[in-house]
Amino acid sequence: MNSTTMTYREAIIAALRDELRSDPSVLLMGEDIGESGGVFKTTEGLFKEFGPERIRDTPISETGFVGAALGMAVAGYRPVVELMFADFMGVCFDQLVNSIAKHRFVSGGRASAPLVIRTACGGGLGFGSQHSQTAESWLLSVPGIKIAAPATPADAYKMLRAAIRDENPVVVLEHKALLGMKGRVDTEDDFAASLDGPAVVREGVDVTLVASLAMVPRALEAAVALAADGIEAEVVDLRMLRPLNLELIADSVRKTHHLVTIEEQSLIGGWGGEIVAQTVAGAFDYFDGPPLRIAMGDYPLPFSKPLEEAARPSADRIARQVRSLLRAA
Amino acid sequence: MNIQSTVPTSAAGSSHSEPRASAALTGEQLVEVFRRMVRIRAFEDQVYGSLLKGLVLGTTHLCQGQEATCVGSVMALRDDDFLSYTYRGHGVCIARGMSPEAALAELFGRTTGICKGLGGSMHLTDPTIGLMGSFGIVGAGLPFAVGNALAARMDRKGRIAMTFFGDGATNIGAFHESMNLAAVWSLPVIFVCENNLYGEYSRIDRTTPFEDIARRGDAYGIPAAIVDGNDALAVYDAVCEAAARARAGRGPTLVECKTYRQGGHSRTDPAKYRPSEEVEVWMKRDPLILMRDTLKQHTPLTDADADGIEIEIRRDMELIAARAAAAPWPTFDEEALRAATYA
Repeated sequence: MNSTTMTYREAIIAALRDELRSDPSVLLMGEDIGESGGVFKTTEGLFKEFGPERIRDTPISETGFVGAALGMAVAGYRPVVELMFADFMGVCFDQLVNSIAKHRFVSGGRASAPLVIRTACGGGLGFGSQHSQTAESWLLSVPGIKIAAPATPADAYKMLRAAIRDENPVVVLEHKALLGMKGRVDTEDDFAASLDGPAVVREGVDVTLVASLAMVPRALEAAVALAADGIEAEVVDLRMLRPLNLELIADSVRKTHHLVTIEEQSLIGGWGGEIVAQTVAGAFDYFDGPPLRIAMGDYPLPFSKPLEEAARPSADRIARQVRSLLRAA
Repeated sequence: MNIQSTVPTSAAGSSHSEPRASAALTGEQLVEVFRRMVRIRAFEDQVYGSLLKGLVLGTTHLCQGQEATCVGSVMALRDDDFLSYTYRGHGVCIARGMSPEAALAELFGRTTGICKGLGGSMHLTDPTIGLMGSFGIVGAGLPFAVGNALAARMDRKGRIAMTFFGDGATNIGAFHESMNLAAVWSLPVIFVCENNLYGEYSRIDRTTPFEDIARRGDAYGIPAAIVDGNDALAVYDAVCEAAARARAGRGPTLVECKTYRQGGHSRTDPAKYRPSEEVEVWMKRDPLILMRDTLKQHTPLTDADADGIEIEIRRDMELIAARAAAAPWPTFDEEALRAATYA
C-alpha cells in the first residue's frame, strides 16, 4: 500500500494502470486514448506500457465500440470504454439501455457483462450545452447498470478499480472540473474494495446536504460559510447513483432534521427527487421542515461565462438557500 | 420490379478453382444438413401452431424458408466459434444445437425455458454452445459480434465470430459502424445478411438504393459474396471460405444470402404486401425441396427416406411441444429477478 497526494486525473491513470497490470483480461477502448493519452489526459502513459492491443484507439463510432464492449465482456474480457464526453451517451443510448443493461437478464442470468464505461461529465469549463452535462440521471430509471460518481482523487482511484472488478456493467462519471483536484490516495497491490454508497464527508447536526461530483466541494465550501453563522452542516457525498443506498442519508436526517440535495442538473428528473422521496418516506417524523432541492433550471447550460456560472449552483447560493430554509423552520 | 431477377440463377459465390468445401462432406454429413433444416422447419411450424393456440404470447418472428442459410452457415463453423443473431433467430439456435424443448419452453414463458422465461422469443441465449446473444433491436447484434471477434482474436485460439442480420438492418447506423470497425481492425468476423427482400412490411426497393447488399462491402473494403441462400451447400461453401479468411488473420467477409421468408414478418402477419407471383416463385425454391434434390444426387437417399426423416422429426417436435406446454410457470420472486439482473 502506497499513500500519496495526487490529482483526480492521476488517480484515474493509477487505477487503470493497476488494473491493467493485475488482470490480463482488462483492456481500454476509446477515442484518442492511445498514444495521445486521451483528450483529458486520463490515459497518459498507458499506451507506452501496455501497447495498442490493450489500449485501443477507436474511430468515432460510439454505437460500434460500446456494443463491442458487450461482445468482449461476454467472451471473457473486461473492457473499459472511454466515452469522451458523457453527453455522447446519447449517441450509443440503445447499446447502453437495451443491450448492455439487459443482456444478463434476458439470458435468464446465464451471461454476465463485466464492463466499464468511464466518461468525462459536467460543466464549468465553457464547453457548451452538448459537452457539459453531468448525465447523472439519464440512466437512473434503467435497471441493470451501476453508476459511480467519484468526487475525490481517493474515490477516483478506488471506485474505478472496484468498477472494473464488478461483474456488472458500470458507468463511472468523472467530472472534468475535478480533474486537477488534489488529494491523498492509497494505491494498493491487494485491492479488494467493492462499490459501496454514500459517505459523510463533513459531520454536522443542523442540516444534511447531499451532493455529488463537483457539487461536493461546493457543499463543503458552503458548510464553512454556514459554520460562521453557527449552522453546522453535515455534508454527504452521494458517490453511487445506482444502486441508491439511502440508509446513511436517512440516519443523517434523523440527526439533523433537515434535508437538502444539491444537483448539477435540471431539477426535474434529477436524483434529488428520488432521495427526497425515499428519505421522506423512511424518516418522515424526523423532518422539521420541507426538504429542499437546489438544482439547475429548465434550460440547457448556457455558454457565456457569467451565465454558465450563474446557472450552476455555487457555494454562495447553496449557503443562502440553506440559511433561508433554516430561518423558515 | 422484376420478380424473376430476385432469384439467384446459380450459386454465384466467389470464383476460385479450388474444390468446394462441400464436396468433402460425406453422405452422412449431407443427411445431417437436411435433418437440421427439417428440425428448424418443424420447430417453426410448431411455434406457429402454438401461437394460434395461445401458447406463445406476445410476438414471434419465424424463419421458414431460410433454413438453408442458417444450417449451411452454422455447420461451416467450429463449435467454439461465437454466434450472434436476431429476433428471427430460432433457426440459428436450432442449427447450433439448442435444445428445442428449452427453446419452446422459453417461448411459452415457462421456468424450464432456456432463459427461464425472462427473455422470450427474441432473446434465446446459450453461451455454453456459443449462442452468445440475440437482439430485439435491428442491427444491435453487429457491434456485439465485433466485440466477440476482437475477443476471439486476442485469445489466439483460432476462433471467429459470425453474426446474422436482415437486409433492413443494413440501413441502420450500427451496421455501418460495425462494418467499418471490422475492416479497420481486420477482425475475424463473418457478417451474414439474410436478404429476404423485406424489412418488416417494406420491400427493399423502397428503403435501399440497390438490392444487392453485397455492394455495401465495397464501401468498407470488405470482400463480399452473393450466395443462393436457399442452397445450403452454396451457403456452406461461402462461409467456409469466409471462415478460412478470418482464421488466417485476413479479416471480415460479408456474405449476402438471397432467400425468402415463407411467413409474414411476425405473429400472424399475412404479408399481403408481397406480390403473389413473387411468393410463388420462392415457394417453389423451398430449401428443403432443394436439399432433397441435392441428397438424391449425392447419396443413396430416396424421397421415401427423406419423407421418413421429416415424419420422425415432426413427430418428435409434437412431443417436445407437449412437454414444454406442460412445464410450470415461474412464480413472481423479486429477489430472483434482481439476481438475474445483477451479478
